[in-house]
Amino acid sequence: MSETHALPLKAARPWAKRLGFSVAVLLLLAYGLPYSQPLFAALFPVLPRPVYLQEPMAELLWQHIGLVLVSSSVAVSVATLAGLATTSETGSTFKPLMETLAAMGQTFPPVAVLAVAVPAVGFGELPALIALSIFGVLPVLQATLAGLASVPTPVLDSARAMGMSPRHILTEVQIPLALPIWLAGVRTSVVVNIGTAAIASTVGAKTLGLPIIIGLSGFNTAYVLQGAIMVAVLAIAADLAFDWLALALHGHTSLAVDNQA
Amino acid sequence: MTIKFEHIRKFYGGAAAITDLNLDIQQGELVVLLGPSGSGKSTVLKMVNRMVSHDGGHIFFNGQDINSFNVQDLRRRMGYAMQSVGLFPHRTVGHNIATVPKLLGWDAHRVQARVNELLQLLAMDPKQYANRYPHQLSGGQQQRVGVARAMAANPDVLLMDEPFGALDPVTRAALQLQLKKIHRATGQTILFVTHDIDEALLLATRIVLLNHGRIAQMGTPLELLQQPTNDFVADFLGRADLGLKQLSLRPIAPHIKAIEGTEPIHTISHTVTFKEAISHMATLHVSSLRVVNSDGTVLGQVHATDLLETSDV
Amino acid sequence: MSLSLVQRSNPVLALYVALAIGAAGGLPFLRLAPNRLLSGEPVYVSDVWQQLGRQQIDALLLALAVLLCVAFWQPSKRLIQALLILTMAASLSALWLLAGQFASSATQAENPLIRTTLGAGFWTMAAMAWLIALDAMTRVQLTTLPRLFLQSAFFLPLLLSLNEGQHLSIAQEYANQSDVLGPAILRHLQIVFLAVVPALVIGLLLAWRMTRTQSLRQALFPILNVIQTIPSIALFGLLMAPLAWLAVQLPALGRAGISGVGISPAVIALFMYALLPIVRSALAGLEQVPTEAVNAARAMGMSAGQLLWQVELPLALPVLLIGLRSAVVQTTGLAAVSALVGAGGLGQIMFDGLFSAANELVILGVIPIVLLAMMADTFFKVLSALIKTRP
Repeated sequence: MSETHALPLKAARPWAKRLGFSVAVLLLLAYGLPYSQPLFAALFPVLPRPVYLQEPMAELLWQHIGLVLVSSSVAVSVATLAGLATTSETGSTFKPLMETLAAMGQTFPPVAVLAVAVPAVGFGELPALIALSIFGVLPVLQATLAGLASVPTPVLDSARAMGMSPRHILTEVQIPLALPIWLAGVRTSVVVNIGTAAIASTVGAKTLGLPIIIGLSGFNTAYVLQGAIMVAVLAIAADLAFDWLALALHGHTSLAVDNQA
Repeated sequence: MTIKFEHIRKFYGGAAAITDLNLDIQQGELVVLLGPSGSGKSTVLKMVNRMVSHDGGHIFFNGQDINSFNVQDLRRRMGYAMQSVGLFPHRTVGHNIATVPKLLGWDAHRVQARVNELLQLLAMDPKQYANRYPHQLSGGQQQRVGVARAMAANPDVLLMDEPFGALDPVTRAALQLQLKKIHRATGQTILFVTHDIDEALLLATRIVLLNHGRIAQMGTPLELLQQPTNDFVADFLGRADLGLKQLSLRPIAPHIKAIEGTEPIHTISHTVTFKEAISHMATLHVSSLRVVNSDGTVLGQVHATDLLETSDV
Repeated sequence: MSLSLVQRSNPVLALYVALAIGAAGGLPFLRLAPNRLLSGEPVYVSDVWQQLGRQQIDALLLALAVLLCVAFWQPSKRLIQALLILTMAASLSALWLLAGQFASSATQAENPLIRTTLGAGFWTMAAMAWLIALDAMTRVQLTTLPRLFLQSAFFLPLLLSLNEGQHLSIAQEYANQSDVLGPAILRHLQIVFLAVVPALVIGLLLAWRMTRTQSLRQALFPILNVIQTIPSIALFGLLMAPLAWLAVQLPALGRAGISGVGISPAVIALFMYALLPIVRSALAGLEQVPTEAVNAARAMGMSAGQLLWQVELPLALPVLLIGLRSAVVQTTGLAAVSALVGAGGLGQIMFDGLFSAANELVILGVIPIVLLAMMADTFFKVLSALIKTRP
């Protein structure tokens, strides 16, 4: 499975191209939006204001990315440390609890977490950040636990029998072997976060969801389309970035996203 | 190097798995722990490197109680090879073998030399195999690497838990012979677990036959075959076959007589065992064979009745 | 024979109890506000306790403390764990009763506009009761069906005592919205149904074709994967304009109810999302059908259709159910977001609450969604377990 080191850059080139392409499209859309007035005017002749100009789309893009980066960093760190802690003796008693929480996360819709954060914390960026961080923990936690469980028992046994210390076994054996599955979890978490961050505009966060929400309440389909395209391309670009990372690290792409926001 | 089991007990659940086990292992022996499943042979093996803890009694390694060692230091002085091998899938063959030497801080040169030496010892060309990954190897090759890895740091004792059990008969036979050669050449002390009697008879300098956590009999292969102390031993070793099995352990050399009367037509080498000689006779429908040595010089003859009527006891 | 402290006890239980005690002391159990507009004054468990007759509560608390201590030191005694589960179910109901009693006495004593909201303390303690019960349930070591039953039955005492909380603000909000809540639930279920059933039918067909045609598989999976990557709100948004345009061009569609807003973009998008888990699990299920069974059926002279219906589908069913469960749960959650494009449903209530800063409304919208998702999850788990037990 990890015939890794022979592959990286050559096989990754088509992915790198696709990634570069989608990033280019993203930036073009973000910065080029004001210039697209004639296009949208033609597509939506009924609307007086066919192009979203209340805030620069580029600014919304960076804020969206910022929100996702911060919440994902927090989520990934917390989840990974918690998952790794289950390898120690004291930590292993908490494993069933974590497995239950992670499984529950599959049933709980992300919007619900966002909605519940508001009564607790109020409106604005903060509840969005908290909700995104909390919800982002679950896929990564599940992937960390699954990754650790995927290490074959004979490999762990032989490592113990050779006299490797528990810390050594963790760094030399468990982490490298758990990495592909872990990365798939991080990918799911980040891509879902991108979607939830868009919905977070409903609670006052300034993200790419804002044109969509404003468009929906003002019956401006053009705004909705512009916001939707930005979010979609961002999500696709992020997904491709993880594909490329997975290829570079271990020679094959990880599993597809199957969670949603 | 000595290992001493003194009044060892082990409980699983409420039941006693091992009861009052006493065993002494000396340097250079190849001791085979033999027995049916559930006899406790794997458990006894794993007690030596503390993969399994014992509930009563003491185990001494070079005179010192194993519980007084730092467990990782203890394990680094012992090699461990198991049926499922457990090679690190994300590391090359060379890196796998080098694991314990690196843990012990050997310098890169010494490690490299040792890796090459071991691969050659196990009949694998270092240039071809050192940089391959485990999934690129066959089952037999993986087990060879497993054995090499266990031997890498010149351990005081090699612990082997049914290492050849999952291999096909041809590969298994090849590896058994390889191990026997290595034992003869290096004098490495080996503690070997198996349930296969033929494997035990082939490899062991001493067999410890276990039954329900107790030693049923202990001795050289020939001793067990010629003087089984109870029914269990006789049955386990293959009651009906005991005689035939003995034949494979006895060389004909001491029983060559001078040629009298008509010289036998067919020839055998002087190094064969009783079993091969009698098998030859049965195939050729004769009852005597001429014995020659490697240059072809005739040394004498062996006769079927002589072989069957003499004993080494 | 020496087990460490960690192995001999139940540190997880200790953690939960510590959190519960911390919540009881540090977080407000309830909030009391003179009317709907002002935010409430915190009311702590200790205040409620003092108000409502200490003696009986003291005795019960002592018994609870004893039980928790015993359970801490006997993590593997099944009887104790079973007792713990019962106690926690009762405790959950007790928390609700406590809150309800306090609210009732406050409303009667002072003015009827007074609002008693459930505070963070209540929610935390309720969550701890549930988590302790979950932990105890794993230690009792039941098989799947009894365990699922127990997890559902856990809420029975709470359900029976719901009426006692009628003066809590959440119950009042429910009373206000009761005529809206029913239709919203139905609408929500309608959306899920309209999306999942076609996805199931078409997904199965696609998977079946994919087992025969490799090129279809290579073409389709990347598309399905890309769709899954696109966030739901974006897909809803992307569908709006084309659907609106379509409705204008073909008025017949517009009369049939297809338009840029409402159910249409929601159902179409949710259908597309549901396809991936269904197709993937159907394909995996069909591929693990043993070829001997297929060959035997063919040799018996079965047609392709009979083969699919009588042999392949039943053998593929367990794996398919896993994907179907995933699809239904996912769709239930996503349907909440579709309220933004005007599809209605429970998401509508949730977003109404968010936009008007009415916390009760938000919770009133969220809880049914979560409950529906969990019920769907449990339903399919039971179905899967039942299939396994059949010979």
